Amino acid sequence: MKGGQTLRQAGLALGLPAALLATWWIASSGSANFYFPPLQTIAQTFVEVWVSPRLLDDVVPSLARLAAGYFGAVVLGLLIGIPIGLSRALRNTLEPVLEFLRAIPPPALVPILILFAGIGDTMKTLVIVSGCIWPVLLNTVEGVRGRDEVLEDVTRCYRIRGFARLWHFVIPSASPQMFTGLRQALSIGIILMVISEMFAASNGLGFAIIQFERSFAVAEMWTGIIMLGLIGIGLAQVFRLVERRMLAWYHGLRQSQRAGG
Amino acid sequence: MNAHASGSPRTAAMLDVAGLRKVYSGSGRTIEAIRDVTFTVGAGELVCIVGPSGAGKTTLLKCIAGLLPPSGGKVVLEGQAVAGPPPAMAVVFQEYGRSLFPWMTVRQNVELPLRQKRLPAARREQLVGDALAAVDLADAHGAYPWQLSGGMQQRVAIARAVAYEPHVLLMDEPFAAVDAQTRADLEDLIRRLWHRLKVTVLFVTHDIEEAVYLGERVLILSHAPTVIMEDVVIDLPDERSQLETRSLPRFSELRKHVYAKIQLAKQGWRPPGESKT
Amino acid sequence: MGDSQRRSDAGFRAKNLAWMQASIGLIGFAAVLELAPQLGLVSPRYLPPFSVIAAALANELQQANFWAALAFTMRSWAIGLTISVLAGASLGILIGSSAWLQAVTRSTIEFLRPIPSVALIPVAILLFGTTLQSNLVLVIYASFWQVLVQVLSGVQDVDPVARETAQSYRFGHWALIRHVIWPTTLPYLMTGIRLAASVALILAITAELTIGTPGLGRELSLAQSGGAVAVMYAYLIVMGLIGVLVNVAARGLERSIMPWHPSLRSEQPV
Repeated sequence: MKGGQTLRQAGLALGLPAALLATWWIASSGSANFYFPPLQTIAQTFVEVWVSPRLLDDVVPSLARLAAGYFGAVVLGLLIGIPIGLSRALRNTLEPVLEFLRAIPPPALVPILILFAGIGDTMKTLVIVSGCIWPVLLNTVEGVRGRDEVLEDVTRCYRIRGFARLWHFVIPSASPQMFTGLRQALSIGIILMVISEMFAASNGLGFAIIQFERSFAVAEMWTGIIMLGLIGIGLAQVFRLVERRMLAWYHGLRQSQRAGG
Repeated sequence: MNAHASGSPRTAAMLDVAGLRKVYSGSGRTIEAIRDVTFTVGAGELVCIVGPSGAGKTTLLKCIAGLLPPSGGKVVLEGQAVAGPPPAMAVVFQEYGRSLFPWMTVRQNVELPLRQKRLPAARREQLVGDALAAVDLADAHGAYPWQLSGGMQQRVAIARAVAYEPHVLLMDEPFAAVDAQTRADLEDLIRRLWHRLKVTVLFVTHDIEEAVYLGERVLILSHAPTVIMEDVVIDLPDERSQLETRSLPRFSELRKHVYAKIQLAKQGWRPPGESKT
Repeated sequence: MGDSQRRSDAGFRAKNLAWMQASIGLIGFAAVLELAPQLGLVSPRYLPPFSVIAAALANELQQANFWAALAFTMRSWAIGLTISVLAGASLGILIGSSAWLQAVTRSTIEFLRPIPSVALIPVAILLFGTTLQSNLVLVIYASFWQVLVQVLSGVQDVDPVARETAQSYRFGHWALIRHVIWPTTLPYLMTGIRLAASVALILAITAELTIGTPGLGRELSLAQSGGAVAVMYAYLIVMGLIGVLVNVAARGLERSIMPWHPSLRSEQPV
């Protein structure tokens, strides 16, 4: 019985993707279209291109810059966001400015950042930070602001103050909302990682894809895109695992609430 | 976990509320929630506060707890004026679901205030263990609050207050959101703890029967602007049980008396001689 | 008791105070932008003083190419947003109306969603060059997911009792959608439109920047090639202001359709 259920679940999960892939394969198999080579060709090219030193030369530097920019943005976003969330005066004062700044598309900042930081790794990392910081910052502010009043009274009554209050109350209370920001920041980071490399770079995944495109190496270009997609999916999965672990209490709480507890 | 008891427990004033006044103001309008509340609570007493809704019971409790600054009068705890939440006081709130930290286990919740007091680990462990045992939750150390029923959550909040070794325990309608069965158990739990720990208890409730059942005295509040209508001494036997005490004729008399007063309060009773401001 | 009274009085004063604080914030920001380069804290070559940027902006506003570029950007935005909202809403409701469809498509959606829209840039360039269609590829791809995910959330929010009742009355597929699914889903759709609107704008500008299609993004990169730093900043300000306008308008629309403030709904990745 159990086996049958698992089989059914697997069938549901894999059914459509398998069907789509098969359709793509068949529809493109005899393709002479320059822009859409046969899927078979793409698959073969993928192995040629990426199962090679290129993985180290391009993918690793890209991911390293992503990590630097992402975690930099997270630290900044938390450090700035927590005080703003705690103080209504700060919030009212800074909110319009922040709303304006976050409405500026991060890729539009690339030319400016090139002015300040040249075209090296620093610029690319700064681009990633400049885009990732907003969801982290704004969600942190929201999360801190929305802390429960009764719990706030509890911390006051039992004289839990200063750093202890931050560590035991404010931050955990805001963490579900913070994680929403962290998740958005991750996708934005991947996008900016690629874009910054398309502008000016000597290595990286975005750089490789654009190189392929410029030299009309279409199959290779598609493999780069697929690689990018795989990285996006992979990182999203990693994030989900981390979140489930760190917010286990929150998922348990919501589940019990939904059960009508 | 014994509360401090100086000399004769019934004569030393633990809590002295004098002329307490609370006014909210803004944009040219003022709301006088509490006009003049004056009473004392002796060390080791169990005093209940009842009033109609609109009597500002929660406001009163928050002023006493130091969570709200009064607009006039003062609250004195053990001879010292209350200017913010004092260390000798613990509060149990009505919304038990929101008063425990959901990211901490039961034991961590109870232990947190003790860590703030910088107690050594061994002492903390002893206090937490004793408190949880006292509320019959010895097995729930590792559970999370949202895994427990409403009554159990409130008991954790009570355990936390008890472990804190307060001199005064304030309870703000703690059983209002709990079902009747559980409420009866929790009322008895409070009486048991009170007897054992000899702690001073100030218990706010809207439930008249609960107030008469639990208290040694019942303070009846008027409608806003609040004053104390009457300070009723509950001369029921000290050993109380849900079945027997509630069927005593004296219980019924007291209950009717308080009920009648509350009805007056709802109809807008004001103390004689009060100026019409 | 007196609490709600107290809150409304305090609320009135607080609102005035909030406006004052907001103005201080904005003015302070402009002041920092003005003084930092003037005082030499930042090189004026990289960050011209606010007054210089404002002058450059005023100048740009008088140029025809500015307004043409603005029109191009808003055109991509409007067309892309409309298409993604229609596609996302219809596909979302269709999938949501059938438990089987939900189950079958779930893995595919989870799979495709995290793929970044920028992956399509080279494809767009190859296929469409520097035309409107290039922009639309990016805009639609990114905005579509915003709408779809929100609508799917909305459909999942449908009260199962209402659904079962409708089924017991033998509502047809179409009637089920009209009377049960659509009303519940509408607020979520509004949120999706709001999110999609700002994403669409960002992608439109990004496409212009990276591909070179006409629009505000391309004006920015032209200014960059010409070394006109103040003009670059002027365009950034324009982009920010339009972004804020779009956000405010979308929030207004959302609020007018729903009398209650929207509950926190998670935003989805671009």
